[in-house]
Amino acid sequence: MGHEITVTVNGKIYAGSVEPRLLLSQYLRDELNLTGTHVGCDTTSCGACSVLLNGRAVKSCNVLAVMADGSEVTTVEGLASGGEYHPIQRAFRDEHGLQCGFCTPGMMITAVDILSNNPQPTESEIRTGLRGNLCRCTGYHNIVKAVQSAAAELAS
Amino acid sequence: MTTSIASPFEYHSPETVEEASRLLSRYGGGARLLAGGHSLLPLMKLRLASPEALIDLGRIGGLSYIREDDGGLAIGAMTTYAEIVRSELAAAAAPALAEAAGEVADTPVRNAGTIGGSLAHADPAGDLPAVVLALDAELVARSARASRSIPADRFFRDFMTTALRGNEVLTEIRVPGQGASSGSAYAKLANKASHYAVVGVAAAVRVEDGVCTSARIGITGAGPHAVRSRRAERILVGKAPGESSIRAAAQRGGVELAGQFNEDVHASAEYREDMARVFTGRALAAAFERAMG
Amino acid sequence: MTTGTTIGTSVIRREDARLITGNATYVDDIKLLGMAHMAIVRSPHAHANILNVDVTRAANAPGVAAVFTGADIQEQLGSLPAGWVLPDMKMPNHPPIAFERVRYVGDAVAVVVAETPQAAADAVGLVDVDYEDLPAVVNAEEATQEGAPQLHDDAPGNVDFEWEVGGGDYEAASADAEVVVRQRLINQRLIPNPIEERGVVADYNRGTNQITLWTSTQIPHLVRLLFSAVTGHPEHQVRVVAPEVGGGFGCKLYIYAEEVICGVVAKILARPIKWISGRQEGYLATTHGRDHIADVEMCGNRDGTITGIKTTVYANLGAYLSTFAPGIPTVLFGFTLGGPYRMPNVSCKVYGVFTNTTPVDAYRGAGRPECTYVIERLVDMFSQEVGRDPVAVRRKNFIPRFSNGHEVSTGVTYDSGNYGPALDRALEILDYRGFREEQRAARREGRLLGVGLSSYVEICGIAPSAVAASLGAGAGLWESSTVRVHPTGKVAVYTGTSPHGQGHQTSFTQIASSELGVPLEDVEVFHGDTDKQQMGTGTFGSRSVAVGGTALYMSLQKVVEKAKRIAAHQMDVPHRQVTFENGVFYVEDIQERQMSWGDVVGEAYAAKNLPPQMEPGLEAVTFFDPENFTWPFGTHIAVVEVDPDTGETKVLRYIAVDDVGNVINPMIVDGMVHGGVAQGIGQALQEQAVYSENGQLLSGSMMDYAVPTAEDIPSYETDRTVTPTRVNPLGVKGAGETGTIACSPAVVNAAVDALSHLGVKHLDMPLTSEKMWRSVRDAKAALRAVRRERAIAGRASN
Repeated sequence: MGHEITVTVNGKIYAGSVEPRLLLSQYLRDELNLTGTHVGCDTTSCGACSVLLNGRAVKSCNVLAVMADGSEVTTVEGLASGGEYHPIQRAFRDEHGLQCGFCTPGMMITAVDILSNNPQPTESEIRTGLRGNLCRCTGYHNIVKAVQSAAAELAS
Repeated sequence: MTTSIASPFEYHSPETVEEASRLLSRYGGGARLLAGGHSLLPLMKLRLASPEALIDLGRIGGLSYIREDDGGLAIGAMTTYAEIVRSELAAAAAPALAEAAGEVADTPVRNAGTIGGSLAHADPAGDLPAVVLALDAELVARSARASRSIPADRFFRDFMTTALRGNEVLTEIRVPGQGASSGSAYAKLANKASHYAVVGVAAAVRVEDGVCTSARIGITGAGPHAVRSRRAERILVGKAPGESSIRAAAQRGGVELAGQFNEDVHASAEYREDMARVFTGRALAAAFERAMG
Repeated sequence: MTTGTTIGTSVIRREDARLITGNATYVDDIKLLGMAHMAIVRSPHAHANILNVDVTRAANAPGVAAVFTGADIQEQLGSLPAGWVLPDMKMPNHPPIAFERVRYVGDAVAVVVAETPQAAADAVGLVDVDYEDLPAVVNAEEATQEGAPQLHDDAPGNVDFEWEVGGGDYEAASADAEVVVRQRLINQRLIPNPIEERGVVADYNRGTNQITLWTSTQIPHLVRLLFSAVTGHPEHQVRVVAPEVGGGFGCKLYIYAEEVICGVVAKILARPIKWISGRQEGYLATTHGRDHIADVEMCGNRDGTITGIKTTVYANLGAYLSTFAPGIPTVLFGFTLGGPYRMPNVSCKVYGVFTNTTPVDAYRGAGRPECTYVIERLVDMFSQEVGRDPVAVRRKNFIPRFSNGHEVSTGVTYDSGNYGPALDRALEILDYRGFREEQRAARREGRLLGVGLSSYVEICGIAPSAVAASLGAGAGLWESSTVRVHPTGKVAVYTGTSPHGQGHQTSFTQIASSELGVPLEDVEVFHGDTDKQQMGTGTFGSRSVAVGGTALYMSLQKVVEKAKRIAAHQMDVPHRQVTFENGVFYVEDIQERQMSWGDVVGEAYAAKNLPPQMEPGLEAVTFFDPENFTWPFGTHIAVVEVDPDTGETKVLRYIAVDDVGNVINPMIVDGMVHGGVAQGIGQALQEQAVYSENGQLLSGSMMDYAVPTAEDIPSYETDRTVTPTRVNPLGVKGAGETGTIACSPAVVNAAVDALSHLGVKHLDMPLTSEKMWRSVRDAKAALRAVRRERAIAGRASN
């Protein structure tokens, strides 16, 4: 049985019918073709699928698309604006905070959430804040540096 | 066995608690409430749970709030962990609650998971059950026709089993005022993979004229469900708090669970038994420091 | 525009633009018209006979296009081969879909193809399989014992191979030695966990008979070769594409059942098929790593001289042979058992054993972490036994500096080495003496602080093909490149390597840009598509730059050489007089005679005035086969603190000083060291794949298997020494695995050091908080008992 939903994703309004069990991650990837949001596990562990839902990072593999009806979603595709990278994107590139890139969209989204709550986090706050986003390539060292560098840029 | 797609189900998003309750009755046990979904949906994706219907509480207005209530706190069941963490009111009135909410899972999960969802799911390793026990909270349950308040220490009945009836919706958590010179704290040994509690201990104490007049300890992760550690509490009351009384109380942390300590791939029963002692000591030390600081 | 060489500089990565914007294309991002979705019915039993598979209900379910059992299509699917064959090794059948017996939880028994992933998932539960349960065995040593359940009729005792390597005479050395230390070491089973699980999209074109596989792999060319060998579909009508690959770490280095199944099913149904692994599914169906039970010993003298090392290993292969499995615990483990030390006597015996578990193959480091772990644990135990500082013992036994080959007792020749400076630098960063003081002070307060070292040599730059073949490799392990200069002067580089996070697009661009004097943005690097690239090998074994980068370098030399001849002809001078620098061809001392890169390239394609007999165009292909492996080395140091009450163990500092020869892009190399170290810390402290005795994977999800998070890892302190190799003209050794190869023993040595004053001599990984809590408790109890006995003895003697 389909449910009609309307979701604003990266500023664009989408309306459609979804099966209740369709996850927000599947809706974004399969229905809207926004494949920048990745899925890396089935237990809400890895955080690769993190998106901003009404401004807060959530793991989209654990939200039903129907639950997002009426919400605003920002995915990695919506981070940059006006042809300019978001500071977190620039920082991940400049600090080499990514290697294979698979965890990166979710990692950046969670970092945006961390910085919106706590604009000048300590190293330890960054590490704890990112513990729900797994990266197997970078050993986190440069991810932490990237978040620090984005914090500095946002503050200036 | 390896799917990450849930079995089909019907979805309802009632706008009132009464409607939700009536839907529960209608499915007669075949429906589950969705309150953030951070405990339930993972089970459904693995087909470890396949309810006939989900009743989403997310569209019911007025279930998400933290407000002062008779010297204590009233918290709407749909309040997220993140909202609790950010609440100055919660930090001041019930530091153990804010601390535990901040220890739950991780940043994105705390933005979506709710206190009511966690308590009603009653995962034996959830953080919040220990806290509501220690804070002597009341859990408000409503059905289509009635409303009742369940004391936390009568709420957790067994492994993932609560005192909620089939047609009841948990709507509010009431944390009584802890009084002047009181303190509470939550201390946890986290599972490194899931960040659930291997053992988590919440302590709430009150000190008047240099004497501990009240102490409550809730332990999670260690046994089939969260429990009060009354034997440890008794050691403290009537005594001047200090290292030796904390140590003596910690020695009895979790003795109520003797023979029932969890044993799994993460920790043996023996280890959990000792960690119940260690973290009882740590939670008490922090709670007393707050009470006397 | 960048000019001049960028070799050795931290150029920002060119691949990042697509990765940080969500514009990269991983396998699961591919959608083809008419694509169906495949789900796999997997065995819940570790060992069972398949009595019957009834697909009726599934086949009739809504949205289901087809259901296949192993028996239905066994002819088309063939048997998955081992690509590394040791002497006297058994080669049991490995059907991609089991049809008589299942041998591990996760073994495929049927596949469902449906219109949507949802319909496929629903139908999986409707395939009814009757099993006859058989006893299972999961422990490699137990599997070799009499009465153990037998997995394959042609591998009696479950032993697939017995393999030996050695040098000198260990038994004589240990008989003569003043000290022998012995230990059983468990190198636990790990799950690689790239954040992108595996996935395959297959397409079949009836008109051309071409099968295309998009697969998350490190080795597209070898997948094409093996797919063709297994299915009989002609190799030239198979195209394999590795699109963006989300990490590999060794577990995407094989021909997998699902690649074969998807290709075959796409051909049968003549429509595109997609299979994407879930994480829990991947935990069962993607290879695991490590899993050694080793009895090890080291002998030497009281002055700290080490004279020999011996190991006997039960290496768990899992239920079937994965592609490279036999080579990992043998060739990549045994030859470096001397480490960076003069080790005149080496004895190594390895039993490769089948068990009812997921197949085991390479995981980052692959054999070499296990090797370093044996050596470096033993060096610490030996140091403790002879009462000498582990730093002094290491230094005393280092092979002295050499720059042009040093043959060790196992018969291999290290390329170049200078082990002392890396150790010195690491100690300097730590302030070793200062730390020892801090440790003493901490112990007085009851804190448990420890430091651990790991000095290593690794075998990388895989591999000289003839040597590898003599050791069992089933394919040449050279690497290839094509450099194609377009008429406009832009440069296309085609490499046979296949990166999945290593940043080849940047490093290889740096090499090409530097050699040709063209801006970085004028170079594009193409990889991972067998229809675009010449035959290649792939990315593993820290080989990409050492072997593939060299192939590129050689193609660039060929291009430059031809371009110089064209320039000389145009400028009317002998070609030896032409110098090429920063994109300009000129003749020494004759200022007015010079041509730009663009001019010469233009001439190459205009072809109106080329030297006699010269073909038009500007393009070169190279297949480079190195004469030797490369042998990076270094010293890592970990500082840990153990909580005496809970056993929680935290790495406080981590220092890595590596020598990987010359470095193309320091930022990228550092990044790989960081990632490797995190995996090493993960193994040392928290990761383990645990099976129940009946073969159920207990750590079956990310909720139970503890991949390290940012919170579990410290910031790293890294540095390098530089000892170039002469094995390749770039002087590079390879940097992809140093972290995992060096790290785990450093952390374990540190944890043992933290508890050494309590009498603890060894701890097995992972050092979970419970294990450490137990160790502290038992050690303290033992100390108390000793004191009590002494007191009683004291009273008795009074």
